[in-house]
Amino acid sequence: MIETLKRSFAIAKKDMRIFYLKGPVVIMGLLFPFFLFLAFMIGRNLSGGHLLVGLTAMTAFFTSTAVGPTIIPWECRGRTFERLITAPVSLTTVLLGDFQASLYFGLAITFAIAVPAMLYLSVRPAIWLFVLSTLLAVGCFSAMTVLMSSYPPTDVPADVMMLSSLVKFSLLFISGIFVPIENLPAYGRWISLVSPLTYYVDALRHSLGKGYLPVWLDLLMLALFGFAFFFTGTAIHRKVLERRFT
Amino acid sequence: MDNAIEVVGLTKYYGSFLAVDNVSFEVKKGEIFGFLGPNGAGKTTTVRTITGVLRPNSGEIRVLGYDMLDEREKIKARERTGIVPEMANPYVDLTAMQNLRLMGELYGMGRREIERRSVELLKLFDLYEKRNVKVKAFSKGMKQRLILAMAMISDPELLILDEPTSGLDVLSARLIKDVIREEKRKGKTIFMTTHNMVDANELCERIGIIRRGKLIAIDTPEKLKQLVKGSVSVEVSFEPMKLDPSEIASATRVELMGDKARVFTNDPDATVKELVHYAERNNLRIVSLRTLSPSLEDVFIKLVGEGND
Repeated sequence: MIETLKRSFAIAKKDMRIFYLKGPVVIMGLLFPFFLFLAFMIGRNLSGGHLLVGLTAMTAFFTSTAVGPTIIPWECRGRTFERLITAPVSLTTVLLGDFQASLYFGLAITFAIAVPAMLYLSVRPAIWLFVLSTLLAVGCFSAMTVLMSSYPPTDVPADVMMLSSLVKFSLLFISGIFVPIENLPAYGRWISLVSPLTYYVDALRHSLGKGYLPVWLDLLMLALFGFAFFFTGTAIHRKVLERRFT
Repeated sequence: MDNAIEVVGLTKYYGSFLAVDNVSFEVKKGEIFGFLGPNGAGKTTTVRTITGVLRPNSGEIRVLGYDMLDEREKIKARERTGIVPEMANPYVDLTAMQNLRLMGELYGMGRREIERRSVELLKLFDLYEKRNVKVKAFSKGMKQRLILAMAMISDPELLILDEPTSGLDVLSARLIKDVIREEKRKGKTIFMTTHNMVDANELCERIGIIRRGKLIAIDTPEKLKQLVKGSVSVEVSFEPMKLDPSEIASATRVELMGDKARVFTNDPDATVKELVHYAERNNLRIVSLRTLSPSLEDVFIKLVGEGND
C-alpha cells in the first residue's frame, strides 16, 4: 500500500511539472473562475459571506477539475502513456497519481484565494468546517476528473475539455451558488441534489451559520460522490484501455 | 525454469479482425530473440499482450515465470523487465534526468540508487552533457537512447524492445546495438521486434517470423537461410557497367542494381568464370566481384512475400 502511494506520488509529481502550466489548465483553472466570479459579483449587492462562499466554491470547483481530464489524452497524444502503463504500476496507481495532481492544484489555489478573501471581506467562518468541507470537496472534484477523462478514449485533449466543460457548467448553475437552494422551486431543489457542488456550497454556508441541508449530509455526500467518481472512472478506464491502442 | 518468456496458443481479435492467431513460442533465458514481420503482421499486438497492455482472447503468457493475465503477477514481472514500447516517447517537458528519476521511482528504487544508475546510463548513452536539458530539444536518436536508458534504469533481467533502432541515425543505431550486445554478454534476455534484417542477422540468436497473425518460422538465422535454396548469387561491377544476361548461361536470374549486377545461380563457380570471360571479351574492367549467400532478407521475402499484411 505504501509502495503504491509512493509510486502514485511519483506520477503526481510528473503531472505537476508537465501539466500545471499548460495553457488550457491556466485558462480553465485560473482565469476562467476569476472572470466568472467578476460576473457573479459585479452589479449585485452581495454580503461578504455570500461573496466568500461563491468565490471559494467556484475556485475549488474549477481549479480541481482543470488538470485531470486532459492528462491521459495528452499522454496518449505524446506517446508516453504506453511507456507509463508498462512500468510496474497498475492502472489504478496511475489514476491515483493523476487524482493527486488535481487535488494538490485545487487545494493550493483554493486556500491561496480563500484565506486573503476572508481577511479582505472580514468574514470569519467556522474554520474546521471550512477546511474539512474544502478538503472533501476538492477530493471529490479531483475524483470527478478521473471519470471525465475516462470516456471517450481519445488522444485529443480538446474533445475531453469540451465534454467536461459542458458537465461543469451544468453543475455550476444548479448548485446554489447563483441562487441559494432554499430560493429554488421544488423541482430545482431536487435537481440540485445530483450535483456534488451543491453539498460543498451548503457546507460552506454552514461554516457561516446558514446552511440548508444537514451538515453531516453535505460531508457524507461529498465523500460518497468522490469514491463513486473514482471507482466508476477507474472501471471505465480499464474497460476502454485497449481502445487507446487500436 | 529455462525460459524468460513462454507464449502458448496466443490469440487476439480486434472486433472480428484476427490480429494474432494461435501463436506459441518461448524465449530462452540469456538469448536475443528477434521477432520479424511486415507491417500489420501482428508484431506489436504480440508485444502488447506479452507486456500485459492488451489482454488476449485466449492463450497463456508467462514472463519470468509470472502469469501475465494475473494483475498482481503482471506487476511483479514488470518489476524485473525493461520495456520499450513501439514509437514511445520520453516526457519532452522534463529533462533527461527527470525522466530517469521518474522511471526509477516507478520501479520502487531508492533515491541514491536512482542517481547512481541514472548517471551511469546517461554516460553509457552519451547523454550526460545534456542531462539537465528538456527532452523537447533532443533529436530522435537522443530520445530513443533515453527511452532505452529509462527501460534499463532498474538493471532488469529481461528487455522487451519494440523496434528499438527504427528510423535512427547510424551512430545512435550502432550505440543501441552495442548496448544490446553488452546486455546479452551480462546474461540478460532480450526480446526485440525489428524491420531491419541486418540488425536481426547481427544481433539475434533465434528469430520468429510472423505473417498475418501466424508464426510461420522460428529458428536460428543461419538455419532459416537454408530454407532459401537457389539464392546463391554473384555480385559484379564492371567499368563501364554493361551486362547482357543472355551471355551468362549458368545464371538463373539477373538483377541490375545501379553500377552493379546480381547474378543468381545454382553453380557459382561456373558463373564467376563466365563473368570473367565476359569482361575479357567485351574489354571491361572488373571493379568488384563477390559471391553472396542467401541473406535473411531473402528468407523473409520468400516466407512473407513482397507486400505488407
